[in-house]
Amino acid sequence: MFKASQKLAIAALALGALVSAPAAWADEEADLIINGEKMDIRVEAPEGHPLDEILSGWIFRTDETQALETDDFDNPSFIFVEQAQEAWSTVEGEAGKSCESCHGDVAESMKGVRAAMPKYNEQAKDLWSLENYINSCRTERMQAKPWKWAKADMDAMVALIGLQSRGMPMSVKVDGPAAEYFKKGEEIYYTRFGQLELSCANCHEDNYGNMIRADHLSQGQINGFPTYRLKNTKLNSIHARFKGCIRDTRAETFSPGSEEFRALELYVAWRGQGLSIETPSVRQ
Amino acid sequence: MKTSILAIAATMLATGALAEPVAPSAVSFNDGAVATSLSGQPGDATRGREIVGTKSLGNCVSCHAITEMSDVPWHGEVGPTLDGVADRWDEAQLRGIVANAKMTYDGTIMPAFYKVSGFTRPGDGYTGKAAKEISPVLDAQQIEDVVAYLMTLKEE
Repeated sequence: MFKASQKLAIAALALGALVSAPAAWADEEADLIINGEKMDIRVEAPEGHPLDEILSGWIFRTDETQALETDDFDNPSFIFVEQAQEAWSTVEGEAGKSCESCHGDVAESMKGVRAAMPKYNEQAKDLWSLENYINSCRTERMQAKPWKWAKADMDAMVALIGLQSRGMPMSVKVDGPAAEYFKKGEEIYYTRFGQLELSCANCHEDNYGNMIRADHLSQGQINGFPTYRLKNTKLNSIHARFKGCIRDTRAETFSPGSEEFRALELYVAWRGQGLSIETPSVRQ
Repeated sequence: MKTSILAIAATMLATGALAEPVAPSAVSFNDGAVATSLSGQPGDATRGREIVGTKSLGNCVSCHAITEMSDVPWHGEVGPTLDGVADRWDEAQLRGIVANAKMTYDGTIMPAFYKVSGFTRPGDGYTGKAAKEISPVLDAQQIEDVVAYLMTLKEE
């Protein structure tokens, strides 16, 4: 039965009928292996965690979508990662520097960086996402223009840097000066926004695993971001996804890069502690 | 003669005979139920079926499955199935649940379809921008149409 539906789905794909293809919901017990390396996509939740088990969004996708993430040659994100690799070595700005001028090989210098994001920056006295660090380098060290959040250049660079942490566990720091942001993020997570009065928790804590129309609700984990979405055929940042979700509650959203979204990012990252970084992932 | 009687009847229907809709802020809930028609008119089950199954209208099937509506794809699982819903609730109760389900189930995920205040950061539709003026998700007659359709969902 399952095999038959898989065959049907493959046949539909071959016909180019991706959008209308009957979805073959994936085997939820499947393991995610990327280029031969096994990812941790199911993690036991620590005591006091709001979830029983922490699950990667990959588990909730169809067979076809899942397969695209298992090999970098099939993963459409890598077009953008390659662009960022070029940007990494490109001199920009008054100081005549590129990222590489200071940081050398991205694979060496950026290993593990994304796994701890967002984090409290002592000098700025603020919670910083990876985008803040990138723009700080651009404006301070390179004397170049900052990139806009949730736009192509920025998302690609976040993906390239994030990739260097792939397979490492999500491990953000939520105590000390980060604690107040964590608390604020938690409050936002449980606030029922907009005319539809929906909180993040309504869908992603209370209803993950259920279908909402044609969408299979996940836990809303962010360990795979930026993520390539088949829906808009580009990389999508964490904050762009937050914005889209809040917009869909018929609410006035917050802006990418806002203190609210950085706080929410910290809180949601904590909800996914221990999951492998999958950046750049593929989703529907 | 016949024509003039029809004309008078039509005028009455178009003016005095039509009751004013009850404003969202003026709906009277009794244990979650709303006793009388919000539009002052009976609902139309055929139009109600359209509203229930259409994404830009009620989009009820986004969360509730309905066997009778199998011509519409992708029914959700977030809420209970609506099969036999008219056996479980009477019309006034169904009207109350559609208008504002939180008056029946405290804390339910179900959005209120006839409510215009008390929101956190309400938006201007699905634009992500701040609301200028808030209309209910469905108007009074649409609520009545949905209720009329739900009343047809009987199993017993």
